[in-house]
Amino acid sequence: MHELSLSGAVIDTAVKHAGGRPVKVVSLRVGRLRQVVPDTLEFYFGFTARGTVCEGARLEQEMLAARLGCDACQREWEIDLPVFRCPDCGGPARVIAGNEFEVESIEVESDAESVKPEEAQCTAPR
Amino acid sequence: MHRTKVKVVEDALDANHTIANANRADFDRAGVTVVNFMSAPGAGKTTLLERTLTGLEGVRAGVLEGDVQGSMDADRLAALHVPVTQINTDPSFGGECHLDANMVRSALPEIVLDDLDLLVIENVGNLVCPAEFKVGEDARVMVTSITEGEDKPLKYPLMFRTCELVLVNKIDLLPHLEYDLDRLLTNLDAVHPGVPRMLVSARTGEGIEPWREWLVAKASRAGVPA
Repeated sequence: MHELSLSGAVIDTAVKHAGGRPVKVVSLRVGRLRQVVPDTLEFYFGFTARGTVCEGARLEQEMLAARLGCDACQREWEIDLPVFRCPDCGGPARVIAGNEFEVESIEVESDAESVKPEEAQCTAPR
Repeated sequence: MHRTKVKVVEDALDANHTIANANRADFDRAGVTVVNFMSAPGAGKTTLLERTLTGLEGVRAGVLEGDVQGSMDADRLAALHVPVTQINTDPSFGGECHLDANMVRSALPEIVLDDLDLLVIENVGNLVCPAEFKVGEDARVMVTSITEGEDKPLKYPLMFRTCELVLVNKIDLLPHLEYDLDRLLTNLDAVHPGVPRMLVSARTGEGIEPWREWLVAKASRAGVPA
């Protein structure tokens, strides 16, 4: 149910970086601990995007596993159930990954002349 | 026309965090400790506050009341002469299911912070969305009541992990329900290892004193340099 609120936050972020240009793709990284349902987020995204430069944009979601670590045992593991204690020593676990909810990049439509240098760099393959 | 990829790498909730930090700075300047008080609907947040906020030793407490609709909760607290400000998340039907930093910011002009040591923000009843949105609080406290089931920490880990104190309310009903309190506490510890919890009954007043002492201790630290 929080996907509606989150879709608004995603669109605000994309709009801020789009500089008024039409957005075609929004790429998002979502950690499992955020309890986001991808289909629901996609549905609300399409809905919330109406009337913004993100209207009609595709939402790409990369889901990231929830990864925990134990400082005492020096081990790392992934979880499906929300148990945040070390399976070996029972100590409290540290979250290494899984809390992400970030806009990784956007693809905008633009005239070649209007591309700013710092953006042109970003088109280079990583 | 061609397509350009723009690298962003920004937490989608950054805009909210920025406003939350501005709220926090205002609260700090006025020496007000802020508690974000969260639970499912009907867990007993308002009744707990009625029990708690009157006559807190040396602490001037106020409430910012968040509801989708209406001022029933605010009216109850105002009747006890607790300064209370109402936020409705939408003046028509279909309002937001949580408070965010901007909603709290918009209410700040109505709150006389200099007259307060403690501000409790009673969030909209909901175990999901409020956990996502910082509002500028010093501490998050959540209430789970024993009429909700022992499995709630496992179903809503985000909420249960984000708070620094859990109040287990309605314990006066334990003799009447087939509720496994140990199972709740085990689940709570699995989701949020070591989180402090207090067993309380807003109805009878059982266990309320330690919770009041916790609030007084929190509030008395406000404005004191670390």
